[in-house]
Amino acid sequence: MARTLWDSSVGKKTVMAVSGVIMLLYLVAHMIGNLKIYFGAGEFNHYAHWLRTVGEPFMHYEWTLWLIRIVLVVAVVAHATSAYQLSRRDIKARPSKYVHKKPRASYATRTMRWGGVILGLFIVWHLLDLTTGTVHSGGFQEGHPYQNVVDTFSTWYGDVIYIVAMLALGLHIRHGFWSAAQTLGVGSRSRDRALKTLANVLALLLTAGFIAVPVGVMTGVVS
Amino acid sequence: MSTYADYTTGAPVTDTKAPTGPIHERWDKRRFEAKLVNPANRRKHTVIVVGTGLAGGSAGATLAEQGYHVVQFCYQDSPRRAHSIAAQGGINAAKNYRNDGDSIHRLFYDTVKGGDFRARESNVHRLAQISVEIIDQCVAQGVPFAREYGGLLDTRSFGGVQVSRTFYARGQTGQQLLLGAYQALSRQIAAGNVEMHPRTEMLDLIVVDGRARGIVARDLVTGRIATYFADAVVLASGGYGNVFYLSTNAMNSNATAVWRAHRRGAYFANPCFTQIHPTCIPRTGDHQSKLTLMSESLRNDGRIWVPKAQGDNRPPNEIPEDERDYYLERIYPSFGNLVPRDIASRAAKNVCDEGRGVGPGGQGVYLDFADAIRRMGRKAVEAKYGNLFDMYQRITDEDPYEVPMRIYPAVHYTMGGLWVDYDLQTTIPGLFAIGEANFSDHGANRLGASALMQGLADGYFVLPATINDYLARNPHQEPVTEQHPVVQEVLAETEDRINLLLAVDGDRTPDSFHRELGELMWEFCGMARSDTGLRKALERIPQIREEFWRRIKVPGTGEEFNQSLEKANRIVDYLELAELMCLDALHRDESCGGHFREESQTPDGEAARKDDAFAYAAAWEFTGTGEAPVLHKEDLVFEYVHPTQRSYA
Amino acid sequence: MKLTLRVWRQKNADAEGAMSTYEVDDISPDMSFLEMLDVLNEQLILSGEEPVAFDHDCREGICGACSLVINGDAHGPERTTTCQLHMRSFRDGDTIDIEPWRASAFPVIKDLVVDRSAFDRIIQAGGYVTAPTGSAPEAHATPVPKADADFAFEHAECIGCGACVAACPNGAAMLFTSAKVNHLNVLPQGAPERETRVLDMVAQMDAEGFGGCTLTGECATACPKGIPLVSITSMNKEWLRATRKAGKR
Repeated sequence: MARTLWDSSVGKKTVMAVSGVIMLLYLVAHMIGNLKIYFGAGEFNHYAHWLRTVGEPFMHYEWTLWLIRIVLVVAVVAHATSAYQLSRRDIKARPSKYVHKKPRASYATRTMRWGGVILGLFIVWHLLDLTTGTVHSGGFQEGHPYQNVVDTFSTWYGDVIYIVAMLALGLHIRHGFWSAAQTLGVGSRSRDRALKTLANVLALLLTAGFIAVPVGVMTGVVS
Repeated sequence: MSTYADYTTGAPVTDTKAPTGPIHERWDKRRFEAKLVNPANRRKHTVIVVGTGLAGGSAGATLAEQGYHVVQFCYQDSPRRAHSIAAQGGINAAKNYRNDGDSIHRLFYDTVKGGDFRARESNVHRLAQISVEIIDQCVAQGVPFAREYGGLLDTRSFGGVQVSRTFYARGQTGQQLLLGAYQALSRQIAAGNVEMHPRTEMLDLIVVDGRARGIVARDLVTGRIATYFADAVVLASGGYGNVFYLSTNAMNSNATAVWRAHRRGAYFANPCFTQIHPTCIPRTGDHQSKLTLMSESLRNDGRIWVPKAQGDNRPPNEIPEDERDYYLERIYPSFGNLVPRDIASRAAKNVCDEGRGVGPGGQGVYLDFADAIRRMGRKAVEAKYGNLFDMYQRITDEDPYEVPMRIYPAVHYTMGGLWVDYDLQTTIPGLFAIGEANFSDHGANRLGASALMQGLADGYFVLPATINDYLARNPHQEPVTEQHPVVQEVLAETEDRINLLLAVDGDRTPDSFHRELGELMWEFCGMARSDTGLRKALERIPQIREEFWRRIKVPGTGEEFNQSLEKANRIVDYLELAELMCLDALHRDESCGGHFREESQTPDGEAARKDDAFAYAAAWEFTGTGEAPVLHKEDLVFEYVHPTQRSYA
Repeated sequence: MKLTLRVWRQKNADAEGAMSTYEVDDISPDMSFLEMLDVLNEQLILSGEEPVAFDHDCREGICGACSLVINGDAHGPERTTTCQLHMRSFRDGDTIDIEPWRASAFPVIKDLVVDRSAFDRIIQAGGYVTAPTGSAPEAHATPVPKADADFAFEHAECIGCGACVAACPNGAAMLFTSAKVNHLNVLPQGAPERETRVLDMVAQMDAEGFGGCTLTGECATACPKGIPLVSITSMNKEWLRATRKAGKR
């Protein structure tokens, strides 16, 4: 079955849809966690620490977190690999363009492809910035996420990168969520409107929720 | 005396295969008497099928299912595009699901009567018997016929009959039936039992030792002319309505396959029997390339009328009720708007000739749905005819919900075709003709929804049963190769013709000749024919032919995709066929079905048939271009349906 | 009307193509688009040039042969086939770009003519019900709920023109394939081959080199027969169902 899935364009789309949904669920949790920043350094840092101790005493320190990380890495890799392979197939299937240009024809595809690339680059930066601290502006302090976040969003480029990425995320989810529903065969004529609305709401909530953090820092509500 | 080639009368032609005995037992009897080919030996036999419409598609699929090796051809890029796809209305079958008194015998009776007593009883009865199996077969293939809420099949009544026996799939019945046959054929192509050659056009027939053994065909993409050999050849290449240039046929439908077979010895029967369909969209100008049919089912609810006064130019909605002439309801009160096609067409011509036609050039009559909309509501009309109304609006830019449609007759179907016996075999042994390509079942006029029935009956059921007999009786035919002198000769003739077309390099386009011929045929061999008119046409056609070979211009070469060359080559054959059509029309000095001779009318202007002199099928033998052909008569015997003057009043 | 046409000319499959410009005059708004091209071709033949090759046959919107991209739209600005498009949709003095379907699975044969045999092979892979002639049960033996019959019909309307592929930025044939899968899979007659049909047809579609679906919806917008985008969703569902079932066997 795995072979059938991976060998078929429809199967690869299924891989994309499932991995996309996994990432989407993660993002919802991530966003809710992020909003704790509005309740001060204590609560935010406590939350961050809790992430490492979830599941104890059954799980060892950080096991749950690593489990989540592994699932996410698998999801990202599967999503990106299928996306890359499918895009190559698509481009090969339509090598010559029409002389008469029509911009609308490729809007959704372009958004998804370039949006996906932007998000991929963003994830790398985001991890290097706030997980490993490699490219963090100012001194990165292990175990002090509140301060690290404030530091990042106190630079103009930190804000720009983040906000641009979150807008791309919104657009990506808007088409991606609805598209995943179609790929997984849960769309229907009667459900289409509801699915589109849900996609829009999710996209809007996530974008707004994530952007709330840099906005909080920029406006001084979070400092 | 006129300059046209006259004809001579030869020995009568008889159908040696038709069994005798009670009519309802004949088909069983023939099937039992027919020899069978051992299933293990079938794959050793190759059968060529030309055409992939309802008849060809279903025959190819079924022969392959039986185990024969089928080599099939179509000029289209895919077998799915054959023009059967455009049939709208439906398919008749004597299922009697409505319990309205229908039966096999009634369908048989209606078809013989509708054909104005110029069809063979045995064939028609077989057709009616098989009609029932066709519906079963198509449903099993997944053809999405219209259904009622209980999940059972819906039917409707159709022009010229009083029972509801027409099965349909909205206005796209032909499409759905053809896709069913195409899918069955596709299954056989995938299984390797059918070798399909799309974009390949048959240009000649190869007859060796008196038997059909193959064809010459041109690959329309590369231009390569090649030969293909077989133990039998089946022509399912459709009708020849495009002789008229403007018709409801597809642009590339053509007569080359049947005409070339005729030239090689197959008799051509009743060429003048053409059907002019009453409900087509009128032409708008000289640019017109083809005519579009509006399904006859529209006549079930639409009312046909013209103004009572000549030259009444008021918009239709401003013409009061008492100044309208619902002429079909007036002249034929019991059938009204549902009279057979030939009668409806001629009536339209008559009112237009009287100067009461409507629309540009006065060549049109109204088909009005105002009453139907009042009675059934717009919604119901939309559900029933929505796609047809949309099509009409797209073409004419007029809204038929608001303004009555304008319709006018147009050439639609050719009842004539290659003469075949009960086995559907032509006068060349091993050459079979099925579907519209043969002449058999419709007599002088075809009833609505019967073309699909005949095409599928021939292809699914008749030919696969009868061709066995031929192959079983000729099990070991000498293999033919391209080196055979006869093959070399046919090949050389074909190549010479193509080369000559390219060499003339004149100053007239293929279309200009086709249009000229078409106009001539429409005027003199169309809805009404007369001695003087036909003689005029017979004088003119050889002149056009001569001019054609002097002035035709075909750009490009023969070794490439060349649509002008395809066209020109088809016109060569039209220019000969047209002459035979006129000659046949001239010799048949009676009015019957689609053939109306002005000299042969009743005092009140209805068609007068002459059963004493013309109760035969006219099978013509070719003797040379412009030479007098030989007429062979097949006498028609009516044991079950006794000829009466058709009365639809 | 007077029009400027920019038409894709390509001698054969191997030749390079380019747009050529022509003028046509005296075009009536009542003409169909193809009749307008007929006028151009008559003009070209008489001036000793090769006429523009294009596929067409029934000219009543049902055979699916005609296949032109007009001003970037498959079948032009109206939702119909090229043959049913009329010149009244254009204005006097317009410049019109005419190109062939573009997809690597549809190679150009000449000018505006492309090879769509890939569609036939998709049908051959499973777009049928195995019902050899003579084997059919009585038609009324299996009633089909009207809703299912209507659903089947709606998808069976596909004319196989390929506008969906031409319009798709990925050159995908999902709408075409899904139309046939849905037509047959919803019917009781199609049920025995329900799983193999969708798996084999999708596999063939991939093998022909069509692209994948990114649900841009361009296919459904271009479809002259109004096959809806949600067809693709239904096919995906069928495909996943079939894959699951195949995995269990």
